[in-house]
Amino acid sequence: MSYVTKSPWLIHYDGSSCNGCDIEVLACLTPMYDVERFGIINTGNPKHADIFLITGAINEQNKAVVKQIYEQMPEPKVVIAVGICATSGGIFKECYNIMGGTDTVIPVDVYVPGCAARPEAIIDGVVKGLGVLAKKKEAMEKGLPIDTAKGKEKEEA
Amino acid sequence: MGKRTIIPFGPQHPVLPEPVHLDLVIEDETVVEAIPSIGFIHRGLEKLVEKKEYTEMVYVIERICGICSFGHGWGYCLSVEGVMGVEIPERANYLRTIWHELSRMHSHLLWLGLLADGFGFESLFMHCWRIREKVLDIFEKTTGGRVIFSVCKVGGVRKDIDEATLKEISSVVDGMKKELKELADVFLEDYSVKNRLCGVGYLSKEDAAELAAVGPMARASGLKQDMRLLGHGVYDKLGFEPCIETAGDSYARCKVRIREVFQSIDLIIKAIEMIPDGDISVPVKGNVPANECVVRLEQPRGEAFYYAKGADSKFLERMRVRTPTNQNIPAMVKTLQGCDLADVPMLILTIDPCISCTER
Repeated sequence: MSYVTKSPWLIHYDGSSCNGCDIEVLACLTPMYDVERFGIINTGNPKHADIFLITGAINEQNKAVVKQIYEQMPEPKVVIAVGICATSGGIFKECYNIMGGTDTVIPVDVYVPGCAARPEAIIDGVVKGLGVLAKKKEAMEKGLPIDTAKGKEKEEA
Repeated sequence: MGKRTIIPFGPQHPVLPEPVHLDLVIEDETVVEAIPSIGFIHRGLEKLVEKKEYTEMVYVIERICGICSFGHGWGYCLSVEGVMGVEIPERANYLRTIWHELSRMHSHLLWLGLLADGFGFESLFMHCWRIREKVLDIFEKTTGGRVIFSVCKVGGVRKDIDEATLKEISSVVDGMKKELKELADVFLEDYSVKNRLCGVGYLSKEDAAELAAVGPMARASGLKQDMRLLGHGVYDKLGFEPCIETAGDSYARCKVRIREVFQSIDLIIKAIEMIPDGDISVPVKGNVPANECVVRLEQPRGEAFYYAKGADSKFLERMRVRTPTNQNIPAMVKTLQGCDLADVPMLILTIDPCISCTER
């Protein structure tokens, strides 16, 4: 991507992470990394958001919350799993209350592994997510279906 | 008298990055009752002691919380060392104390930023986090990680800090004093900030004791309660005295934490001056004997309690952690009763909640 044509707003939800990734997501917004200069704003309202950043694994309690936030977001939308817990369950995979990564409940477009994921990696993930968002928008304008999971398989193949 | 309404707060809300759910019963604009419900981050990691060896378990315990991760690692190592009867070298104790105090600085700066964000002072939030990055740079240089270090192990620490780096740390934290002073002036002297903090969320000394508040929350109400007085690490040699305020409101809690940041700087500089040469760890071998040990350690948020029980094998039989936020929730609910709806986010923040600690 040579330039960003959209100011993407993101919503952040902490699944069951240890806070490490969450404070790194916040660190992205503060002067050292400052993603706000690209127009990326952390919003609290799912209806305003284009990008869903989720940290931490999925458990029985937050499954419904994650689904609800995802369903409230307008199309086109991108889901980014930040940290190894959101990717696969990570170090907590064997815990009795952990179901697995984010993709056990909602389709994920970009995975950012790391424990904790570094701000540079998170920004990189968001930039990759912008590419996915642009493609989805294109598909929407042409009237094609935008099934996230299937689209991703096609992209990789 | 107005009609009673229930406003649900959370689990997804813009105040904290973490999910917590509160049912706020309000009458007009006043909160009558707050009913917390937790459990969104429960992972059940204490149960993992049955699957991970005691040396491996350090990494899991460190990931209870990403903000006070070093403290959790230290508390776990202390309790296992207590069970096994291991004496660790003096230099390791000094290094652990230095890292722990650095963690406290970064945690309190993070909190000050979130508080500023809570009362709508965005630029102050940015400045707090800008200064905090300097502490994170020290962590990255000495341990390799920004938030999770994995530097504590049973029997000592994993990495040494050389003389030149120690000097550098000393000068960096000393240099931060000037910037922190400017920040502290805004938090403690600014008219509009004071308006939001003074007299809000009062907790009396009796209530604090009754509800078993810990950490800065208890100290702001005048209780002399600080586990650093027990002398873990080298606090006894550094001549440590807790910071105590008596007002019991949000302003006092803010002041306690600001004073503690300055105190941490002094403790770090003093520890760096006094640090002896020597080994940084002792080899630990064999099984954990069938014995038990309790450790109380002062985290940035207050007293954390660790209990370890061995079973004459590589695996512990039981590990239990009780964290400070868990203790402070009753006090938080008490301060929420009778407050304005607009003050709710800030009052939740003043206990410095760490939900992933609470639920583990």
